[in-house]
Amino acid sequence: MTPTVVLPVIIGGLYAAGVYLLLDRSLTRVLLGFLLLGNATNLLLLSSGGPAGLAPILGYAEPEEMSDPLPQALILTAIVITFGIAAFLLALIYRSWRLVRQEVVGVDEEDRRIARRSATDADEIDPDDLAPEDRPAMHADTLSDEEVERALARDYADIPSDDVDLPPTRRSDR
Amino acid sequence: MISVLTPLPVLLPLLGAAAALLIGGRHPGTQRTLSILVLAAVLAVSVALLVLADSDGAASVSVGGWPVPLGIVLVVDRLSALMLVVAATVALGVLVFAVGQGAADGDEETPLSIFHPTFLVLIAGVANAFLAGDLFNLYVGFEILLTASYVLLTLGGSAPRIRAGITYIIVSLLSSLLFLAAIALVYGATGTVNLAQLAVRLQDLPDGTQLLLQSMLLIAFCIKAAVFPLSAWLPDSYPTAPAPVTAVFAGLLTKVGVYAVIRTQTLLFPGGALDHVLMWAALATMVVGILGAVAQTDIRRILSFTLVSHIGYMIFGISLASQAGLAGAIFYVVHHIAIQTTLFLVAGLVERQGGSTSVDRLGGLAMASPVLAILYFVPAMNLAGIPPFSGFIGKLGLMQAGVADGGWLPVVLVAGGAVTSLLTLLAISRVWNRAFWRPPAQAPEGDTSDAAAEDAGPEITPAEVAADAPGAADTDDVAEPGADEDADDLVGASSTPTSGGRQAARRAAWKRHTAVATASTPATDGLGDEQDQGRDRPLEPLPRVMVGATAAMVVVTVGLTVVAGPLYAVADRAAGDLLDRAPYISAVFGTEDPQ
Repeated sequence: MTPTVVLPVIIGGLYAAGVYLLLDRSLTRVLLGFLLLGNATNLLLLSSGGPAGLAPILGYAEPEEMSDPLPQALILTAIVITFGIAAFLLALIYRSWRLVRQEVVGVDEEDRRIARRSATDADEIDPDDLAPEDRPAMHADTLSDEEVERALARDYADIPSDDVDLPPTRRSDR
Repeated sequence: MISVLTPLPVLLPLLGAAAALLIGGRHPGTQRTLSILVLAAVLAVSVALLVLADSDGAASVSVGGWPVPLGIVLVVDRLSALMLVVAATVALGVLVFAVGQGAADGDEETPLSIFHPTFLVLIAGVANAFLAGDLFNLYVGFEILLTASYVLLTLGGSAPRIRAGITYIIVSLLSSLLFLAAIALVYGATGTVNLAQLAVRLQDLPDGTQLLLQSMLLIAFCIKAAVFPLSAWLPDSYPTAPAPVTAVFAGLLTKVGVYAVIRTQTLLFPGGALDHVLMWAALATMVVGILGAVAQTDIRRILSFTLVSHIGYMIFGISLASQAGLAGAIFYVVHHIAIQTTLFLVAGLVERQGGSTSVDRLGGLAMASPVLAILYFVPAMNLAGIPPFSGFIGKLGLMQAGVADGGWLPVVLVAGGAVTSLLTLLAISRVWNRAFWRPPAQAPEGDTSDAAAEDAGPEITPAEVAADAPGAADTDDVAEPGADEDADDLVGASSTPTSGGRQAARRAAWKRHTAVATASTPATDGLGDEQDQGRDRPLEPLPRVMVGATAAMVVVTVGLTVVAGPLYAVADRAAGDLLDRAPYISAVFGTEDPQ
């Protein structure tokens, strides 16, 4: 038996692309990812049947020359299931688009509400609430490092730079 | 005898679904009677199977007469027969509840009555999963029940349900694909998918291969069973569905996953390679789940989190891999299917009576409806494990098995189980105190209207949903600007008048249907003005059929306590069979060599 490298490579590629698409927030891409994953799994099933042979029909080939018919039967079932669910998902995506004019994975409002009841973590503070010099780097309107240094020197001229009493971060607390 | 009965729990609901679909919405009375009769027949067959399997041992049926390793086999042993009986019981209770709800809300004239056929298909899928004698048939059973559940979860197609449904569907699809890939690898490694044959052949594989196959199957099943850390989808998607749908999902679907885990751990991979991993997962499931429940304020979400949490008890029992542990897990599965379904049905009644499921907005229900209070109190105490209820017996059995195991990890799990039980009591007694005993005037007004506004936020309003319904031009007066445009679009598209009277009647029915569908979702019942109306509205009496169905389910859960002795004995014998493995294998292969 000579192993083939083509099937594993195709299966791996399909899995990689499928997982990548599945992680997207757009539902259409999720659907495409699901289709790719389904096909990858079908190929995996096919390759689990061993090397390819002649069509498994009695009288057409000797039993030892035939390819294994069971994985093919399983794949047919899996294809039908994938097909039906893909149709249902498409209908669902269309319905979502009709209702809320978007086709992305939604957020759970109740989760958000529960989460809001807890104390705010530092990284949940809205950057726009902060003074310009305290905003995280790469935020749309952050200052450059020199500007931050200058602003700090101007506002806190009397405080040494390594003082343990940090200035308030929220603009409203000033 | 047993060979005639075994296929019936799958066949009857499937044929019933076809008939119910043919009858359609034209004869709703016939459709309801038909589905109830079918489920009653399934229950009768399941009871007969349990009696036969318990007295004569496991048996198998080769579907289509194909010889054993080639064709599909259905196997009924004590475990699967017991699961079938419980599943059929709760399905019947939920169906009667749903019929009562349908009659009360007057949705006979919805365009296409799909609830009954889909529900029957769901039960067929559950039965097929329990009876499946090969791995691929188990996969097909899962797909049947999952596809039906997709339809049921998004019933009515309102925005919150679509949102919840999409999460649920994507997660389920992922687990199904993982399962299918595992089947491919199992077949590649052993050349068979027959469970009994696998039980023999998997032993000969190298340890590493066995571990890979076992972990893939376990991950796929643990997603379906909602074992932490694979449980986040459940509390996100279950609470938005209609009450009967949530009830049957909570009771049955996760337990099918647990059933598959039991089979994997006992029949296929008895070596116990992943028992410690499962123990940690069980501990995390119990504790994290119940902490989630304590944090929630919505009854349905509290129940969803307790559902996740109590799955941990079953996984705990399975991971012990002893007869006592498995017996405890099986008894707990039976108890939990009944109890969780009942509590979700009660939550549906609470929502109907109080106009909300949020404990912040409910109050005074004990005075308004004492029957409802009793219906909530009994199963709630049962869930928390207060003696002498079956929840206590199940937890006690599991804890005894854990202590008897002797290791330190099982003892930690016993402690975790006790803490979980106490926190369950905390979560459900908070509902009891606030929703049932707080005078309605004390319900906090300020923060709820804020919360309601946030809840409502960008979500869908009934008017918007109605605007999406065919021919909803006359809802403009209440719709938001965005919805106005939608409605106008639709007038152009769908206002082609055909035969007048019938269409007008259907429109009215559709509007009632969408109003009901949206009114029963948590996101919309929080709208400020609706809430005030809800509070001033005189309480309508609850529909008798719904109360009757819920009461019957409460009686069943109490009955589990009464018959706990014989039931635990059956569970113990089933656990013995599972550990022995020989009954299952010889039921399929008889005296032949399964190799």
